[in-house]
Amino acid sequence: MKFHEARLDNGLQIVAEQNASVHSVALGFFVRTGARDETSDVSGVSHFLEHMAFKGTERFSAEDVNRIFDEVGARYNASTSEEVTLFYGAILPEYLPRMFELLAGILFPSLRQDDFDMEKKVILEEIGMYDDQPTFTAYEQAMRAHFDGHPLGSSILGSVDSVGGLTCEQMRAYHADHYQAGNILLAAAGNVDWDQLKQLAEQHCGGWPAGCFDRPVQEARPSGALKVVTRDSSVHQHVMEMTPAPPATHELRFAAELLGFVVGDDSGSRLYWELVDSGLAEAAELGYNDYDGSGTYLTYLGCQPDLADANLSRIHDVYESVNRDGITSDELATAKNKLTSRIVLKSERPMGRLSALGGNWIYRNEYRSVTDDLATFNSVTLDDVRRLLEAYPLGHTTTVAVGPLKALSIKSSSGNGSPSNAAGGDGSSAAS
Amino acid sequence: MQPADTQTVVLDNGLTLVMEPMPDVQSAAFSLLVPSGSINDPPGQNGSAAVLCDLITRGAGDYDSKQLSLVLDNLGVQRSENAGSMHLSFSGATLAENLTQVLQVYGDILQRPRLPADQFPAARAGIEQALMALEDEPRQKVILELRRRCYPDPWGKPADGNRDDLANLSCDSVAAHYQRCFRPNDTILGVAGRFDVHEIQDVVQREFGDWAQQEAPEIVSGDLGERVDHIDHDSTQTQIGIAYHSVPYAHPEYFAAWAAVGVLSGGMSSRLFTEVREKRGLCYAVYASLNSLREQARVLCYAGTTVERAQETLDVTLQELVRLGEGIEAAELDRCRARAKSALIMQQESTFGRSAAIARDWYHLGRIMTLQEVHEQIESLTTDTVLDHVRRYPARDFTVVTIGPQALEVCLEVP
Repeated sequence: MKFHEARLDNGLQIVAEQNASVHSVALGFFVRTGARDETSDVSGVSHFLEHMAFKGTERFSAEDVNRIFDEVGARYNASTSEEVTLFYGAILPEYLPRMFELLAGILFPSLRQDDFDMEKKVILEEIGMYDDQPTFTAYEQAMRAHFDGHPLGSSILGSVDSVGGLTCEQMRAYHADHYQAGNILLAAAGNVDWDQLKQLAEQHCGGWPAGCFDRPVQEARPSGALKVVTRDSSVHQHVMEMTPAPPATHELRFAAELLGFVVGDDSGSRLYWELVDSGLAEAAELGYNDYDGSGTYLTYLGCQPDLADANLSRIHDVYESVNRDGITSDELATAKNKLTSRIVLKSERPMGRLSALGGNWIYRNEYRSVTDDLATFNSVTLDDVRRLLEAYPLGHTTTVAVGPLKALSIKSSSGNGSPSNAAGGDGSSAAS
Repeated sequence: MQPADTQTVVLDNGLTLVMEPMPDVQSAAFSLLVPSGSINDPPGQNGSAAVLCDLITRGAGDYDSKQLSLVLDNLGVQRSENAGSMHLSFSGATLAENLTQVLQVYGDILQRPRLPADQFPAARAGIEQALMALEDEPRQKVILELRRRCYPDPWGKPADGNRDDLANLSCDSVAAHYQRCFRPNDTILGVAGRFDVHEIQDVVQREFGDWAQQEAPEIVSGDLGERVDHIDHDSTQTQIGIAYHSVPYAHPEYFAAWAAVGVLSGGMSSRLFTEVREKRGLCYAVYASLNSLREQARVLCYAGTTVERAQETLDVTLQELVRLGEGIEAAELDRCRARAKSALIMQQESTFGRSAAIARDWYHLGRIMTLQEVHEQIESLTTDTVLDHVRRYPARDFTVVTIGPQALEVCLEVP
């Protein structure tokens, strides 16, 4: 493994982790823009723009784009989160120049009016598709309620109204503001030649406009909310809860990750034994999501409606007990064993390394090897977890339920965390 | 394509161990296929395999339920247990040095499960909750309902069971399912990653060698379901599922069938994506895939679209399926080949992918197809061989299932 970094004159950052023992190379352009950078009148534009990239440039028509990616056998796609729009592909090394040219090219698409009108229909279908998935509705509504008044509360997809009303001119203006070289990271992982990569970047990205878009990253201070969205067509009750957790640059983020495993992993965790093993719920999970300047513990409960109240109170009892007594050294050790194996497994594929490489650089401006990550996780102590729980206790500041129920009866949160200092993050949800 | 040094060992009791050493990785993965899937669910007890799949990890050998979970967690196993129509499958991946210990634990799970009666209600309740959750996932549900209708019973039976039948299960009936079906003969263990083949062979012989053979239960094939069906659902989109006959993995024309489906749906330049989504903006998701059981196979197609555009989406999709018989361009086949080549090479980076693939190969073919061989098969295809196949196995005799607020007009004899 060898790490390289460089910066073009226009501000484009380039990082690569070279690994000659793998067969493919993964390449990604991480554009630091997403739902949180949109004003409400253009809600959904980052994601719509991500789709429009594939409609081509002056040089490549929409059909060319789809055809060439397939001709070189690329595994490629794009995704949009609250904070990052990512264009990525994995490819055999001999096809890298061809894919690079195309992937770099589509970041500056033509945005033709007829393509825009046609793709708007696809986006509206995508909104319709997610509308039929109560878990997605619960997540989106929870983000909106939890981050009320904060940019992280913005919807990634936007609404039928906001997308329906969006114009091509608005999209062009948004693109000009956000797709500037200083706002973009090029990352590559796997069987890549560093000199070739730099040369390709000079050739295809050197002419991109310089500049950078500054986003406000003040830490959110959610006041909390309880919202019940009654949906008779739904069979299950889907509940999302959020409470503040460390932001992306916080030193306690590693402890938060491990705490998520101990308390809410999908098997073998406290919530698993309390609710899933016992057959009381289909899913009961806690995960840690970090963002630029903020963070959340996200709880998901899926169960039959008549068990929802009792299940939530069981979850809250687990959280109270963890906040009060912490976790055991055995639990911490097991979480480390699970995480170590997952990190190693994920790292064996270039696509797995790409997300870690890009995420670390775009949020924290640092390179972390697999060895660094393993060492850091293994050095987390029970005392770190105690400090974490003092600064960011588990809780349910915000609760959103989607399903047949008309109301929930839950106690108020014990974990209205008082977040301390701010900074950097990894988006949690993405639409593609 | 690097030559793979795959090895196969058949134990005296019939259990087959297939191994693919991958010296460049740090991990090892396994895939255990036990011939105990939902086709073995007794009449009126659909869900028996699914409940067994849950109950079987609630204690085995010297471990109770929590101890079993803990020992696997501490060995770093990223694992899953699934009930399918043919098999219960147990798969996982972990750091290479833990593999032999992991296989010992699975020896207990398969041969000495406790199947504790006091945990049966929880296991059954968990499956019931999962079935309820599925009702809120119409995209998954439409494929399930499609399979139920396009494959004869019991092959189309939902592997996760159905809520009405769950009430008919008991701990005894599920234990009987275990006794009837679990056996070393017809069980396949695929292992891929960094390991010593002799060491793994010794461990498997020690842990599974004494497992007693028994006869395979007989499966009686029943009827196909409704060819055209609609399920009412209050939703924004209508889900459309379409199926037609194709050839299974072991069939000499399998790769031609695979390429035909690739022209329809492999990549974003494929016909369905281009015609249904890119040119008409009718939907976000549309695809076709080749689904193969051992003796029969179907092409399964999906599209999801808002109610007012559902009819056009169905009509255009059916037209595209039928139009395939009119001709295939060389460039379309070339793109399928290119995508296959990179997929095959990238598969060499995944121990998990390889362990599952070699176990599946053994089940379907009774041998391992190396990546090189797959590559050669794909390279040897021509537009003529693919088109000949499409004409011999044309897209017709469709099964169509829709889920949404209103039924569609289904014209099965597309002009």
